[in-house]
Amino acid sequence: MKKKVLAVVLALVMVFGLSVTLTGCGGGEDGYKVGFICLHDENSTYDKNFLDAANAACEELGVVPVIKTNIPEGQECYDAAAELVDAGCDIIFANSFGHEDFMIQAAKDFPEVEFCHSTGTKAHTEGLDNYHNAFAHIYQGRYLAGVAAGMKLNEMIDAGDITADQAKMGYVGAYTYAEVVSGYTSFYLGAKSVCESVTMDVTFTGSWYDEALEKEAANKLINDGCVLISQHADSMGAPTACENAGVPNVSYNGSTQEACPNTFIVSSRIDWTPYYVYAITAAQNDEAIDADWCGGLEEGSVVLTEINEAVAAEGTADKIAQVMEQLKKGEINVFDTAAFTVEGAALSTYMADVDTDADMTPDTEAIEGGAFMESKHRSAPYFDLKIDGIKLLDTKF
Amino acid sequence: MSKVNKEPLLHITKRKELPLKQTWMIRIGAIAAALIVSAIVTMLLTGLDPFSVFGTMIYGAVGTERKVLILFKELAMLLAVALALTPAFKMKFWNLGGEGQILMGAWATALCMIYMGDKIPAFLLIIICLVAAIICGAIWAMIPAFFKAKWNTNETLFTLMMNYVAIQLVAYFIILWEVPKGSGKVGIINQSTQAGWLPYIGTNSYILVILFVAVITAAMYVYLKYSKHGYEIAVVGESQRTASYVGIKVDKVIIRTLLLSGAICGFTGWMMVSGVDHTITTTLAGGRGFLGIMVSWLAQFNVIAMIFASMLLVFLGQGAGEISTNFGLNESFADILTGIILFFIIGCEFFINYKVHVRKKSGKEEA
Repeated sequence: MKKKVLAVVLALVMVFGLSVTLTGCGGGEDGYKVGFICLHDENSTYDKNFLDAANAACEELGVVPVIKTNIPEGQECYDAAAELVDAGCDIIFANSFGHEDFMIQAAKDFPEVEFCHSTGTKAHTEGLDNYHNAFAHIYQGRYLAGVAAGMKLNEMIDAGDITADQAKMGYVGAYTYAEVVSGYTSFYLGAKSVCESVTMDVTFTGSWYDEALEKEAANKLINDGCVLISQHADSMGAPTACENAGVPNVSYNGSTQEACPNTFIVSSRIDWTPYYVYAITAAQNDEAIDADWCGGLEEGSVVLTEINEAVAAEGTADKIAQVMEQLKKGEINVFDTAAFTVEGAALSTYMADVDTDADMTPDTEAIEGGAFMESKHRSAPYFDLKIDGIKLLDTKF
Repeated sequence: MSKVNKEPLLHITKRKELPLKQTWMIRIGAIAAALIVSAIVTMLLTGLDPFSVFGTMIYGAVGTERKVLILFKELAMLLAVALALTPAFKMKFWNLGGEGQILMGAWATALCMIYMGDKIPAFLLIIICLVAAIICGAIWAMIPAFFKAKWNTNETLFTLMMNYVAIQLVAYFIILWEVPKGSGKVGIINQSTQAGWLPYIGTNSYILVILFVAVITAAMYVYLKYSKHGYEIAVVGESQRTASYVGIKVDKVIIRTLLLSGAICGFTGWMMVSGVDHTITTTLAGGRGFLGIMVSWLAQFNVIAMIFASMLLVFLGQGAGEISTNFGLNESFADILTGIILFFIIGCEFFINYKVHVRKKSGKEEA
């Protein structure tokens, strides 16, 4: 009996609700609508970086962003995309690797809407006119951040804090696939370009966002003698651990200086604004959007934050500016085969797995003109080599 | 020493069954109070018009045809889990292992879809997935039930721990199945062939899933209310000694009931992988194994009331997302509103069952 009453009351709540709906929310604002699907919200440095770019691009173009946050990498992503279509969005962006298949599914079901997916790998093989991938030549940014790290190591060596042999960096990675491998390798090569004796330990957390794990991983590296830490995971875990231990940190996704004033050196990040502006403009004008789009330093897609002069070595800013010019002009290639060895030997040929398939078949020659051509055959990174000087502490993920 | 018999400021007595009208008044009052408090909190914290926030929440849950369909899909998923847990709860067996039992069903389904995807006719594959999922879910529930029946182990801890075993097992298989290697993502399974997928009605299988759960709901209603099993469950729940005395084999009832509980959880996992998500992650169950407990209790194990209790939770959950989309508020704010509403709805049951007496103003009568 009691339960029946509860039932009726609940039904009443709904009726009350519906009546409010009818009087309240109609269609929302007018204007050209752009949908965004984010894995987390602004508490994740990764998602904050996307959200900032989404708002900046929409403001620049005078369009209306419709943002859905905390969308898991499951059917919820498809549902969110479909709802954004219902809400009148003509173009929809998603930001997490695991959203890809669900975005493809939505692209098939809504051929009149453009679907753009950051960090994905399948657009060039999927053959859909309305499904696109995007990334940035972020390995160039990592390389520059690595230069800052290398200079800091040199400063420590010169000051006698460590010997040249003790110049060991630590890196907290999320997963073991190419996106992360390409990131830590370019960071290491940047450091090595100024500090020849540098080595690096890498550990993985098996999660893109796990503050406790990332903190623990950074502490483990620090205890193992790493004198500088960088990370490719999205919480404040590693930077916080560095600040607590007083170990310099090269960050990612944006500045963490406010929380870590005594250890933050610099951070590289992808600025998604240029891509958003490009893709939204193309959609508005009914022009085709590239299946793979990859912006670099020139486009403003790869950026470095302000350097924290209190922590960075002297002359870091000048050096970075100089290397940045060389990268822009193509005088330096991050993955120059002369700069690294694999199992003691220089690389002359390497078949990379560019076309995603279940068997991970290597399909494309990536070495060209004495360098590994990252993000040329598709926008998402495919550099997955284990180079000398970097030690992987665990690869269980 | 003169003992002054002082009456406490408040004291509580158990009520007799209240007249229907009065329970109505209390519940409506609670909801009104919940809305008023949420409105005040909204105004104080955000400065927004509370009516537009409520309106947005409702729009987010039922504003379009698609939203209604998604709402009912989510309702079906949650209700299925609540239905699965209820027979165990009625027997006072605290099955906190719904999450793991769902995951095992999902895991079995994914396993069959991945390894048999291109080898077996589609219809047969769906059936194999279904059977595998039900068996795996049932086994996951039966293990703690067996130990409880034989050696009276603590089922609360046991079922809870089984969740973590299931999560780790799935995590291991994700590393085996992930594409590309090292990404931690299985992606949509059989996306091109759709092998092992439930057939679409329209552009998805939601309606089919909703129908399945409707059937389970009806069956569970009959099972608990009219079957001999249902009666045995009730007796064991009231008192195991009584049950033994009247000749009910308690061990058998415990194991049998948990097999059923786990089987329905496994079935839910099957619906998730084969019918809805078509992928597997360690978080696929999405906390429904625990939310289902709340549904079951909120409805006091009444199957019909469970439909509305799930509706309430899903409604609040679906509406919550829209608030952050529309007002740029963090999702935590929607959680605050949900919390306030649930607090009042659950809290009002106290006032229905108990009466609070306030001490009357009395002078110094007793010396």
